Amino acid sequence: MRKALAVGRKEFHQIVRDRRTLSILLLAPVMFLLLYGYALNFDIRHVTFAVEDRDRTVESRALIAAFVNSGYFDLVASVHDGQAIDRLMDRNEIRAALVIPERTGRAINTGQAAAVQVLINGDNANTAAAVMGYALNIVRGASSSLLVERGLRPRGARLAPPVSAEPRIWYNPELKSTLFLVPGLIAFIGMITGAVSTALSIVREKERGTWEQVRMAPLGTTPYIVGKTLPYLVISIASAMAIMLAAMALFDLPMRGSWLDLLLAVSLFLAGALGTGMFISTVSDSQLVAFQIVLIVAFLPTFILSGFIFPIGSMPVPIQMVTLVVPARYFLVALRSIVLKGISAAAMWQELMALVLYATAVLALASIRLARERG
Amino acid sequence: MDPIIVRDLTRRFGQFVAVDRVSFDVREGEILGFLGSNGAGKSTTIRMLCGLLRPTAGSAVVGGIDVSRDPEGVKRRIGYMSQKFSLYEQLTVGQNIRFYAGLYGLSSGRYAERRRFVLEMAGLEGRENMLARDLPGGWRQRLALGCAILHEPPILFLDEPTGGVDPLSRRHFWRLINRLSESGVTILVTTHYLDEAEYCHRLALIHAGRLAALGTTTALKEIFAGRPIVEVQAPDAVAAMRALDAMPEVEKTSLFGTAVHAVLRAAAVPPAAVGDRLRAQGFAVRGVAAVPPSLEDVFLDVVEKAGRS
Repeated sequence: MRKALAVGRKEFHQIVRDRRTLSILLLAPVMFLLLYGYALNFDIRHVTFAVEDRDRTVESRALIAAFVNSGYFDLVASVHDGQAIDRLMDRNEIRAALVIPERTGRAINTGQAAAVQVLINGDNANTAAAVMGYALNIVRGASSSLLVERGLRPRGARLAPPVSAEPRIWYNPELKSTLFLVPGLIAFIGMITGAVSTALSIVREKERGTWEQVRMAPLGTTPYIVGKTLPYLVISIASAMAIMLAAMALFDLPMRGSWLDLLLAVSLFLAGALGTGMFISTVSDSQLVAFQIVLIVAFLPTFILSGFIFPIGSMPVPIQMVTLVVPARYFLVALRSIVLKGISAAAMWQELMALVLYATAVLALASIRLARERG
Repeated sequence: MDPIIVRDLTRRFGQFVAVDRVSFDVREGEILGFLGSNGAGKSTTIRMLCGLLRPTAGSAVVGGIDVSRDPEGVKRRIGYMSQKFSLYEQLTVGQNIRFYAGLYGLSSGRYAERRRFVLEMAGLEGRENMLARDLPGGWRQRLALGCAILHEPPILFLDEPTGGVDPLSRRHFWRLINRLSESGVTILVTTHYLDEAEYCHRLALIHAGRLAALGTTTALKEIFAGRPIVEVQAPDAVAAMRALDAMPEVEKTSLFGTAVHAVLRAAAVPPAAVGDRLRAQGFAVRGVAAVPPSLEDVFLDVVEKAGRS
């Protein structure tokens, strides 16, 4: 253990003096957070749209107002023929258009079915689907309030659909996607910075020749790996906590659970991330190779297979099996639960156990790999 | 028992035999020089003796411990310093010393004492806070040596320790090595600087994985007994060399700077006669003299013989 501390202290001194490693550990996370935090946003607001109102009645204007007042749509043009809509759509000046045919108001007032047309730019399927949802809701809401206003209730009967759902969204009532994404971002940043910084550390010693000297010393591989991991763990935990605070300040991320629970989950996850880097370090001969392996082993799975962006439940079963060995998958569940739901770490014991198993496995693998390399 | 006992030590990498049945002993306090060209098997031998590499066959007992059985035990008894001065460049002098002290598990009392010793030996007092990378080569090399002997190993391995260091620092370094040897430390050092071989008590010439010759420099030079060496100074050295090669009394020739060394087959041939023969062929010979064999002559001769057998 004293030897592990000697290695740890040395490594710490080295990190402090190495600008490159320090910036991977401290600056890259901030950059990632800002970049992804602001750019990765699935919320759709300010959808530009145009209106072709051929009806020009109180009713048609009420419908347009409903769109504008919803907060989702920005009216950028009022046009008088369909070709104008084509042009605007082609030039990407609008993402949607509302066409209200003649006699819509009269149809409404006489209790006949009226139809309006909503045109949506489908070049981005996700956005188009969301815009369609908003539009349908607005039209539905507007038409029922029109009904109520016109007093078309036949002889005092209550006009209501037979079944209506009253949705309540828990934990994230506004369905802000940042609240869902930022915990994922914390996992992603932790994995990348942790794995990259450690992946380079042993390889660098190999490249510089100090590795040869250390191998000549009576030092087991386990104290070596432990000692090398420790300082990175301390720094990256601090970094992760700073990201958490930054996310709370910048993206209104709530912190509903206990900080201690969060610290526990973060530490276990980071131990695994650093272990991954250590293991990669033992199988690579150059920093370049190490970096490329990190991309394949840590970057992509954490991004794609962790549930960060794509829900695991909707993946094909074989891919779902693969996600079982992606540590970020468990960490994300734990993190979202602690941060958004305020659930205690004890309730997340299965996820935390998975993280412990992963970290132990990769660190042990790194140690064994290193011992074997000693010939 | 001798601190290093090597018997038929062999290491193969696939089909390639890097070290081939090498046997030798090193006595306590002795400096044994390992001489050989690059790839001759010097480093492979050292790595086996340090417990880093498992021998394919044969045995090596270092500090009373069989390297195949207990490589970790060997590591506790040896110091090792390699050609690349394996210091951490971004760490200070003090931090480097502290790290290696930690690796060898020095107690804090012993650490303080050894740290003082190393700083004094390397001439680095007052420079504890300098970064290793800012040290001039000679200091860096002495610091690396200091780190390698922090734990006072009775056996020290030096793998081309003086590469890339200026002559003055090299001399200083060898004085330190001599002091260590006088205090009883057994030292095995590889080098390809032939002049450094003079500092060694005995030399082992390694060629193609084999121990081609072993002995003191005087003993090694005995190989030229009855075969005098004549040094010829002539303007066109290469042509003169060819002419000398054609003479029946000349065994072989080699180029030494601007001069030619010719090894004669018998002591009976006077050097002057060789010069006269050359002049008769039209060479403007500036000087001919019998010279004592240098280590380089020995090395080339041994390598040639080893290559023939």
